[in-house]
Amino acid sequence: MTQIEKTAHDDGAAPTPTGEGLDARLVVQRGRFRLDATLKAAPGDVVALLGPNGAGKTTALRALAGLIPLTEGHLRLDGDSLEGMPPEARPVGVVFQDYLLFPHLTALDNVAFGPRCHGATKAESRAQATEWLERMGLAEHAGAKPRRLSGGQAQRVALARALATHPRLLLLDEPLAALDARTRLDVRAQLRRHLADFEAVAVLVTHDPLDAMVLADRLIVIEEGRVVQEGTPGDIARHPRTDYIAHLVGLNLYPGQAEGHTVRLDAGPAITTAEELTGPVFVTFPPSAVTLHRDRPTGASARNLWHCEVAGLETHGDQIRAALTGELPLTADLTTIAAAELGLHPGAAVWATVKAAQTHAYPA
Amino acid sequence: MTDVDKSGAAADTLTGGPRRRRGPARLRGVPLPLLVPGLVGLAFLVLPLIALLVRAPWRSLPDLLTSTEVWQALQLSLVCATAATVVSLVLGVPLAWLLARADFPGRGFLRALVTLPLVLPPVVGGVALLMALGRNGVVGKWLDAWFGVTLPFTTAGVVVAEAFVAMPFLVISVEGTLRAADPRYEEAATTLGASRFTAFRRVTLPLIAPGIAAGAVLAWARALGEFGATITFAGNFPGRTQTMPLAVYLALQSDPEAAIALSLVLLAVSIAVLAGLRDRWMTAS
Repeated sequence: MTQIEKTAHDDGAAPTPTGEGLDARLVVQRGRFRLDATLKAAPGDVVALLGPNGAGKTTALRALAGLIPLTEGHLRLDGDSLEGMPPEARPVGVVFQDYLLFPHLTALDNVAFGPRCHGATKAESRAQATEWLERMGLAEHAGAKPRRLSGGQAQRVALARALATHPRLLLLDEPLAALDARTRLDVRAQLRRHLADFEAVAVLVTHDPLDAMVLADRLIVIEEGRVVQEGTPGDIARHPRTDYIAHLVGLNLYPGQAEGHTVRLDAGPAITTAEELTGPVFVTFPPSAVTLHRDRPTGASARNLWHCEVAGLETHGDQIRAALTGELPLTADLTTIAAAELGLHPGAAVWATVKAAQTHAYPA
Repeated sequence: MTDVDKSGAAADTLTGGPRRRRGPARLRGVPLPLLVPGLVGLAFLVLPLIALLVRAPWRSLPDLLTSTEVWQALQLSLVCATAATVVSLVLGVPLAWLLARADFPGRGFLRALVTLPLVLPPVVGGVALLMALGRNGVVGKWLDAWFGVTLPFTTAGVVVAEAFVAMPFLVISVEGTLRAADPRYEEAATTLGASRFTAFRRVTLPLIAPGIAAGAVLAWARALGEFGATITFAGNFPGRTQTMPLAVYLALQSDPEAAIALSLVLLAVSIAVLAGLRDRWMTAS
């Protein structure tokens, strides 16, 4: 683990020694909800705040933009302290979830709004806006009102509007959530390109792991107002630390105590692992690593053997995903044919085996 | 169905929308205890207006309406109502914004206070204005001493009285529109570098323009018909403070035909206002 964790942390997690980039500890108390998250990012980084609804992601974003005050903590951008600064004075651009393009202004005037507020003349700001729209491939839509734009176009206008003020911190709130599945694919690819070109810090909020993994260099997972894990998308996908992330990346995850190749799981049974470790660990295996049997298998090839009961079945791509309860709650993937041969139905008793080589253990 | 559609189409032009469609077939199921008082109520509201039209001295109408007094009163009414609307806009829109967007203790109480003139008898409003802005009033005393300004019994006084009664209509209308408007547009504007005032001026104001227009028309109509507060605070001087409603009241005692003619003018203005607001108010339900 140490190997992987180290590379994860070297991956541009901290601001450069000169203090460039974002360095924030955001504490916001809202009634009984408390957000307490530390965010660090170097210029050029794209950081995704990933978490379930109500985790505090948007609160963090609004605190960064200055739309809600910090209860505690600090917020430094390129060495300048931003806390207490009103939103209009912050060098921050925001792409809102539903874009919030001003409906009475054309696409061009929406983009020109920021430069105009920053002291450019009407002609200058329009010239800048035209340039931005051209860069986004929207030149022919400059005169269109927002309601005449498609979802993907509106998203690009919103991005152009946010970038036109030359922010040193770009914030994107669920940038793809308002799009249908088809447009999403295109816009995601475009957005990735624009974010790669962006030289300052970008922070995006999403509850979609795919968006986060495609768009961001680094993920910060927030649950109930706290950072539960951060790292590169690959690291997080391989080493989930909470059920939420394990579920997102489609892994079975169990905490336990390791002693050599055996891990005594907090959930009950022991599991034999490929890695040799000591102390508190996490064990994962993918649903595809699980083999189901109607009768207790006789061979000793699989030492990880549990008696389970089928709780539910659903199609998953071209496979069947079975949710099992019993000795060890787990999910298993199997082919439709295998499911039919086993006669699987909710309530059916099955034996589940997992080869030690297909498990993965890492220190908690 | 085609029959119903035809009568429905006629009803549409009256009520301003296809949703109010009511064919005669629908009336059959209406219980008598609702139908009879309902129709009486309708007659009660419409009959006086019809009577006004029936009794109108159509032949002498051109002469009546072109007399100096009528012109004076009409002109004064239009000028004062418009001035009162402008005052209401300049003061009322910011007040509506404060009530809708600013966060301060006692806001609910303040809103109730602002809407009080809506239900206050206008005469009471006039007396209250005299106590405040009259020559010996709480504020009027100083206006007189410092600026030599006296409001009661002047044309400016008419504007003050009308604005006092009409402004709450505008405030309520604009505040409602503001509450319905998404405050996040203002937030988006501030993240683009706009101060809160710039955000209001360049984003919120255009967004709530329809609400402001509707509020302004309502306020203008209310100011135009204002009687009680005006006569109490500004008196009844032809050419100076005698607006149309005052002229109607006075004419009724000496020259009923002139009163009817003046009333017709006000009725025409009211219908015009209603037609202007039709899309907004009639189809809303």
